[in-house]
Amino acid sequence: MSNMLEIKGINKIYGEEIKTQVLYDINLSFEQGSFNSIIGQSGSGKSTILNIMGTLDKATSGEIIIDGKNVKNMSNNQLAALRNSTIGFVFQFHYLLPEFTALENVLMPYEIKHGKVTKEIIKKAEDYLKLVGLEDVKNNLSTKLSGGQQQRTAIARALINNPKIILADEPTGNLDSDSTETIYELLRNINQEIGTTFIIITHDKRIAEKTDRIIEIKDGRINMDITK
Amino acid sequence: MKLGYKIAKRFLKSNLGQTFFIILGIAIGVSVQIFIGSLIQGLQKSLVEKTIGNSSQITITSLTDDKRITDYDKMITDIKTVDSSIDKISIANDNAAFLEYGSNSQSLLIRGFNIEDADKIYNFIDRLKEGTYPQNENEIILGIDLKDEYGMKLNDTVKITTPSQKTVNCKVVGFYDLNVASVNKSWAITTLGTSQTMFDTNNSVTSIEMQVNSKSTFIADQIGVKISDKLNNSSIKVDNWKAQNAQLLSGLQGQSISSIMIQVFVLISVVLGIASVLAITVMQKSKQIGILKAMGIKNSTTSFIFLFEGLILGFFGAVLGIVFGLGLSFAFTKFALNPDGTPVIALYISYSFIIGSGLIAIASSLLAAFIPAIRSSKLNPIDIIRNN
Repeated sequence: MSNMLEIKGINKIYGEEIKTQVLYDINLSFEQGSFNSIIGQSGSGKSTILNIMGTLDKATSGEIIIDGKNVKNMSNNQLAALRNSTIGFVFQFHYLLPEFTALENVLMPYEIKHGKVTKEIIKKAEDYLKLVGLEDVKNNLSTKLSGGQQQRTAIARALINNPKIILADEPTGNLDSDSTETIYELLRNINQEIGTTFIIITHDKRIAEKTDRIIEIKDGRINMDITK
Repeated sequence: MKLGYKIAKRFLKSNLGQTFFIILGIAIGVSVQIFIGSLIQGLQKSLVEKTIGNSSQITITSLTDDKRITDYDKMITDIKTVDSSIDKISIANDNAAFLEYGSNSQSLLIRGFNIEDADKIYNFIDRLKEGTYPQNENEIILGIDLKDEYGMKLNDTVKITTPSQKTVNCKVVGFYDLNVASVNKSWAITTLGTSQTMFDTNNSVTSIEMQVNSKSTFIADQIGVKISDKLNNSSIKVDNWKAQNAQLLSGLQGQSISSIMIQVFVLISVVLGIASVLAITVMQKSKQIGILKAMGIKNSTTSFIFLFEGLILGFFGAVLGIVFGLGLSFAFTKFALNPDGTPVIALYISYSFIIGSGLIAIASSLLAAFIPAIRSSKLNPIDIIRNN
């Protein structure tokens, strides 16, 4: 299988005067359709890797190749377009737009891409909301949803533009164990049915053990990389 | 752009209280601007109207020794071709004389007019308090103050003595009130024929008086120059009201400047108000902007969100401000009244000024939105995501 995402020689240094290096020469590649987890302690640099892979943060040095394209010389607008169509994000704190309903939140990446919504895409968004079990609350403002419901809405939103990669940062971090299980099952099903590549950051070992590949980051370096 | 508008609308709707207060702030600014503007314009109009509304605005007099103009018919024909804004022309034959009534006597200015032409400028007929206007030979009208002073009655006879010692008995057929005591006491108005016979001036006059339409009031001096050029006659002098009322003009100018200053400062405070509130909105919505950017929204689209917010706030603020401003103005003309029931100051409602004020408010709001728009475009999504 070809690589969907590849990072080469990534270093990340924060600060101008007092420099703090958080990543040291990281090389990773992820195959298309794979289901990966990155684990590590708080402050190990795992979130920084994810943000760099998602083009939200810039590496101090190194290269990122997403779906065969090197993002090094891309403009902000090109990066925005790449994120919009290739990458879906699921964050620990949901990050839904509180002014919009669940359905409108799900449609937002499509609207950013195309400028308008069609009947077909609304139908598709409703299908995704059904897939994550939220068809009854689709027209509720996102602030009226529970934590688990918000997280599931965020997953439906990440899927709407058929991204090739989904980057999830502690998607179940602040959910109870039942919701955690549901969300994990959901991500797994999407991976198997649609073939989306998943990279999930978690500190929950039980979740990590269910993925196909576990990468452990320690003090900004890869400590372990196991593929089942 | 459409998405920017949609998000802007939703942001404003999601915090209706705050939106309402911003709109109210803009509206108050616009209404003050409209009210002050209308007040000052009304004040100036009524002042100008009171000062020159019923007097000659451009006057031609003779520079010859006898101060007389004989070829006035040709001059009037020429003047009419100079500028279409000259809409009232009247000739006057003014001569000093001596009035005797019973045991009273005083000097007087006898003004001979073609009454119908002069009425268009001086509005004599409407300002007659008693009687009628002079139509036949040796009929005159006098001011109401003279009547009160000497206890005159209608159809009394007064004796007029000219500088050449000719004495004529005239019948007083009416009393006028031009609202200026000195005029009411010193003018006797009669027909052109009577004055020309009384002073033996043949077919000549002492001045040609004219008014221009209200749009050209303030360019009377330029029209005067045009008339002078057209007539090209070194024995006449063309005077205009602006040259004769320099103090009034500087007063009006001072008023205009202070009015503009007030409006400018109101505008500045409105702009600063909107800019600061919108800047805070960027802070409030930075999480949303960050997540939209992570989802791939372009920097320009996030700028449009705030520009549209400025536009929407400006539009509704302007509309509400116009309603308030007009309401305040009408209330002022309804409740601030003189004892006789007329408004203290007649406001001048100029629709172009009001629409202009509204458009300026919208443009200012848009301008004020530029700062938050630029700030939002510079917002980095990673700062939001990293800091949660």
